[in-house]
Amino acid sequence: MNLAYQIAKTHLISKPKQTIVAMLGVTFGIAMFITMVGLMTGLNNFTEELTMTSTPDIRIYHDITEPRQSILEETNQGKGLLVVHHQKPKSETPKIRNAFQIASLLQQDPMVLGAAPLLSSQVFYNYGPVQLNGTIAGVDIMEEDKLFDLRHKIKTGQLEDLLVSQDGIIMGTGLARKLNAQTGDRVVITTPEGYTMTLKIVGTFQMGLGAIDNVKAYANISTVQKILQKDQNYVTDINIKLKDINAAKPKAAELQRLFRYKAEDWETANATFLTGSIIRNILTYSVSITLLIVAGFGIYNILNMTIYNKMKDIAILKATGFAAADVRNIFLIQSLVIGLIGSVLGLVIGFGLSYLVSQVPFNGGDFISIDTLPVNFDPKYYIIGIVFGLVTTAFAGYLPSRNAGKVDPIEIIRGQ
Amino acid sequence: METVLRTTNLNKYFYEPQPFQVLKDINLEVRKGEFLSLVGKSGCGKSTLLYLISTMDTDYEGTLEMNNTLLTGKKQNELARFRNEHIGFVFQFHFLLPEFTVLQNVMIPALKLGRYKPQEVEERAYEKLKILDVHEHATKPASKLSGGQQQRVAIARALINDPSIIMGDEPTGNLDSYNAQVVFDIFRQLTREFGQTIITVTHDPEFAANSDRIVEMSDGRIISSHPALIS
Repeated sequence: MNLAYQIAKTHLISKPKQTIVAMLGVTFGIAMFITMVGLMTGLNNFTEELTMTSTPDIRIYHDITEPRQSILEETNQGKGLLVVHHQKPKSETPKIRNAFQIASLLQQDPMVLGAAPLLSSQVFYNYGPVQLNGTIAGVDIMEEDKLFDLRHKIKTGQLEDLLVSQDGIIMGTGLARKLNAQTGDRVVITTPEGYTMTLKIVGTFQMGLGAIDNVKAYANISTVQKILQKDQNYVTDINIKLKDINAAKPKAAELQRLFRYKAEDWETANATFLTGSIIRNILTYSVSITLLIVAGFGIYNILNMTIYNKMKDIAILKATGFAAADVRNIFLIQSLVIGLIGSVLGLVIGFGLSYLVSQVPFNGGDFISIDTLPVNFDPKYYIIGIVFGLVTTAFAGYLPSRNAGKVDPIEIIRGQ
Repeated sequence: METVLRTTNLNKYFYEPQPFQVLKDINLEVRKGEFLSLVGKSGCGKSTLLYLISTMDTDYEGTLEMNNTLLTGKKQNELARFRNEHIGFVFQFHFLLPEFTVLQNVMIPALKLGRYKPQEVEERAYEKLKILDVHEHATKPASKLSGGQQQRVAIARALINDPSIIMGDEPTGNLDSYNAQVVFDIFRQLTREFGQTIITVTHDPEFAANSDRIVEMSDGRIISSHPALIS
């Protein structure tokens, strides 16, 4: 094996140009893989994190849109043909009964990190001539902080300011900017039912996601109950944060059975987002694999050519006692060395490119607030990269090498 | 004298393009230290016979024995190992590996055999080069030598593992008369001084006439086997 390695090394060194070209093929493939995977997974992780910071692990609410059986169908199940024309949905309020009791029960659950009752409504924000559509969320701000780490997302003012204020709101920075309003200003809100009230901005927050920062404001539950003219037990949602996010799906099903309200886990709520991330991953891997296959063909060709040029050498090696496996190893080692050095070089260049990309200024606009592209430097992908590189070159090198081992020395020697 | 090589009723057929029997009942015995020439017209089967007894061609009928070891029916890997240890080759073209130095070319079969440490192999390779008087070129790339020098390096390579038999396929066929004489003298010296067995296929009547024994072939048969006139 050592002798095979020595011969392989001499072959590689004696044809530096050819060796470098073959290596560059692998290098380019791996570098592109690292850069693309870094950027794609960086973006995926970034948006996932953003989404996770603004979505609860489980949301419990009263689903009033669920289809319901008519009374006729309930009493005459399976008997003949039943036709009910124009059945209207049952008049229900989206209220969760005993929401506060449910919340305090959930807070004692060992799996639950926090459970916050929530009351939200569509409203119009009016400030001077500006009128904007948005939402207002009535929350227990301290419990909400446990769920979404609000304290670190406050840009002006303080969380506690909301507690001591009867008509205060903490407004998304995007919404405040559009309204041209600042902390301390008073804005007028109008509910869909036509109720109007003046509220004072006591702070602003920024989640980093335009879909929230541009439309949402937090207020105390009692304030929102007052706006909606509802009683003190009126709550529409309970948001839950779990200790283990991956337990959300079974836990949601359990809670739905327990409380008889709809419990939706984060995976279901963000299904579109997760699909997008899967598609991005598929794209990344297919492009990278294509690049590596092209590099593999390059190695295959170069090795085939080398072997063709070295027919005489192979013949004499076999005549002097090298077995088929020895000859095969000589060329297999060459392709593996090309693969290894090419891959390592690819990792280094890929890291460099990733670093450059991570420095590129990028304006997320209203949608997400970032200054540069997020890039993932997870070592996992570097390991995948080098394994990819080695496997491809081993495959590409194996066939020509095996053929080299099968060369019949007599044909070459007599053919001279 | 001890028998180094024995073939019994060797038959060989070519199937392409037409079925054709190229060797017919070849019975050959070679004694240790013999310098044997295989002669005959082109297509008489002498090269084919050489490659059969070289163990590289295994597609034949009959049996082949070398050093009292039956080689017929052995696997390719065993035969490769056997060639490495017991057979040295000298071809019409030198077949040196052009990327390696002269010394490395001689060392490779010995490194493959692994009987000696690399340090010892290097010393022995240098000794062999000295016997053939090309030792001052030891560190040059093989491709930088002249044809005659390269052929001498090839002989050194054939000698490196102290083989039982050296086989030559027209070893002087591509050399001018001066170098042909040099190579012949080396072969002569090897058999006389080192008791080396040599079998060569040759077209050169002078070369054959100076060897110990001439085996003449025609149409796939051995038609005569007699001591060379001069010796």
